[in-house]
Amino acid sequence: MFSNKTFNIVVPVVSVLLGLLAGAIIMLVFGYNPIQGYIALWNGAFGSSYFFGETIRQVTPYILTGLSIAFAFRTGLFNIGAEGQVIVGWLAAVWVGAAFDAPMIIHLPLALIAAALAGAIWGFVPGILKAKLGVHEVIITIMMNYIALHISNAMIREVLTDSGDSTEPIKESASLASNWLMEMTGYSRMHFGIIVALLAAFFVWFLLEKTTRGYELRSVGFNKHASEYAGMNVGGNIILAMVISGGVAGLAGAMEGLGTFGYMPTHSAFTNLGFDGIAVALLGGNNAFGVIIAAFLFGVLKIGSLNMPTAAEVPSELVEIVIALIIFFVASSYIIRWAILKLKKEGK
Amino acid sequence: MAAFFDALQSIVPIALFYSAPLIFTALGGVFSERSGVVNIGLEGLMVIGAFSGIVFNLTFEDTLGSVTPWISILVAMVVGAIFSLIHAVAAVSFRADQVVSGVAINFLALGLGVFLTKQWYGKGQTDMVDKPFYSTDIPVLSDIPILGPLFFDGIFVTSYVAIAFAFLAWFILYKTPFGLRLRSVGEHPMAADTNGINVNRMRYIAVMISGALGGLGGAVFALTIAYNFSQATIVGQGFMSLAAVIFGKWHPLGAMGAALFFGFAQSLSVVGSGIPLLENVPAVYLTIAPYVLTILALAGFIGRAEAPKANGQPYVKGSR
Repeated sequence: MFSNKTFNIVVPVVSVLLGLLAGAIIMLVFGYNPIQGYIALWNGAFGSSYFFGETIRQVTPYILTGLSIAFAFRTGLFNIGAEGQVIVGWLAAVWVGAAFDAPMIIHLPLALIAAALAGAIWGFVPGILKAKLGVHEVIITIMMNYIALHISNAMIREVLTDSGDSTEPIKESASLASNWLMEMTGYSRMHFGIIVALLAAFFVWFLLEKTTRGYELRSVGFNKHASEYAGMNVGGNIILAMVISGGVAGLAGAMEGLGTFGYMPTHSAFTNLGFDGIAVALLGGNNAFGVIIAAFLFGVLKIGSLNMPTAAEVPSELVEIVIALIIFFVASSYIIRWAILKLKKEGK
Repeated sequence: MAAFFDALQSIVPIALFYSAPLIFTALGGVFSERSGVVNIGLEGLMVIGAFSGIVFNLTFEDTLGSVTPWISILVAMVVGAIFSLIHAVAAVSFRADQVVSGVAINFLALGLGVFLTKQWYGKGQTDMVDKPFYSTDIPVLSDIPILGPLFFDGIFVTSYVAIAFAFLAWFILYKTPFGLRLRSVGEHPMAADTNGINVNRMRYIAVMISGALGGLGGAVFALTIAYNFSQATIVGQGFMSLAAVIFGKWHPLGAMGAALFFGFAQSLSVVGSGIPLLENVPAVYLTIAPYVLTILALAGFIGRAEAPKANGQPYVKGSR
């Protein structure tokens, strides 16, 4: 009756509802009106074309980091390093965008490719260490995040500027921003990156589900030994998977560099795009279509929450708690399955 | 020689000072992972420890006087242990992916900490505490020539508590029946179960110990280094501790050694510009040194590490 496919839809939906319910309870406990709180959130995401544009802007990199992590998951890898890959991708995109002059048709793709390449290199290191030496990728990718953060800050201060706090703005010919989109959305920072993100989602879906290579990648993730026995190059597939995952996360950095900001500031802390991507991938069930929906949900929560302090006096961090609980419930899907089956039985 | 000694004298106390929080937290990680529960949530446990330590310290500094920091870290231990129950329930009872539930712990701790800070203090960060730990000269020992100034002058007592805890953890894990049970649960839960050890209860205890020690580590960091709580108080120290667990091959003394090493590397980036040999090295190399060295260490240049066999796998009774 309840097939696995149904569960894959039911579990995330139940998790989101439980997360929002918990958020409402927290608001009640601290003396806020949860209905007002959530109305403020809704209005903050959809209340005007400006807010809607900002929501889409936030969704854009989330789709890419979510895809990156989902792709790694499907191939049996846990890429906590999307955060670092975003940072190096951002830096590479802005560097190409600011340092060169070329017509847009060459310049923009070049900047995007640079970002993907930088992210891919950042994924290659944990990939090759995993494939050749069997080192667990989780801890390496965590370390690579810090290396990315500190190196890119140093690059901005010492190489790209004269001890400045942010890079030069990129040239018009490398920009994803569009006056048309901005005017249409009440001068939000929405940009054409959303098209890049959707294309990447299609690419990931097609690669994983429709190609032989994708089959191999999934197969290695599912059972290394059987794949080896079947004659697949296990190490090569692990490296390729991390490289692709890193490349997609690098593109998320390009969205910030070429779209939203048009430059790169030094960062004293992580952007959190990569970490939030973990939540997006999990909620999206690690498939490309699910990731788009989950990215949209988290974009709505994040941008909407900015309206909560002014409209309902609720600290916007409430949404961080809700997101954490949603991940917790998704992770604990076993108990949700068990509860649903139990309810089902008693209903009969 | 004198210059070298001066350099050492400026590095060692700072290295010990930066190591202490990492040692506590890494020991927590050792307990959890030895029982077979991966704990990526160490970072979040430190955040909760730092938060509760600071809040308690600010609230009770007038009533408790000079023992305030000590009580604060005890409270942080209790809060950390309770908070880690969330990870235990998910990882042990709900059979969640342990890496994912650890990630949830990290998100939750930061969200909760900052939310409550805004709620109670009306801003993104707490006030500075008036009763942190102060460095002291240890009487008698600090008069020993050479060693005295190096190890006992201007030192935080918490650093020595941390080192003592590492030996205590080693004793508990390797010399007591409890330790043997805990390790057996992480190596071969089914065999342990057959021998009458309650696998799930053992794992709950181990995770709660990691919560207490992680909370302690966070509070010690907050009360010796940061002095207040904000979103940016704990940024990566938990992950460094996790690296120390693996670097130290899941052994308490190994983890302590790795944490001391990370503390040393961090102190180099703090005092490096004042040391003749290092002053021309760009600061960024010293900053990334601990991370690069961790990668090199894991890549096998310091010997292969063997994780507890059942690490990361939920135990389902009756399955093979």
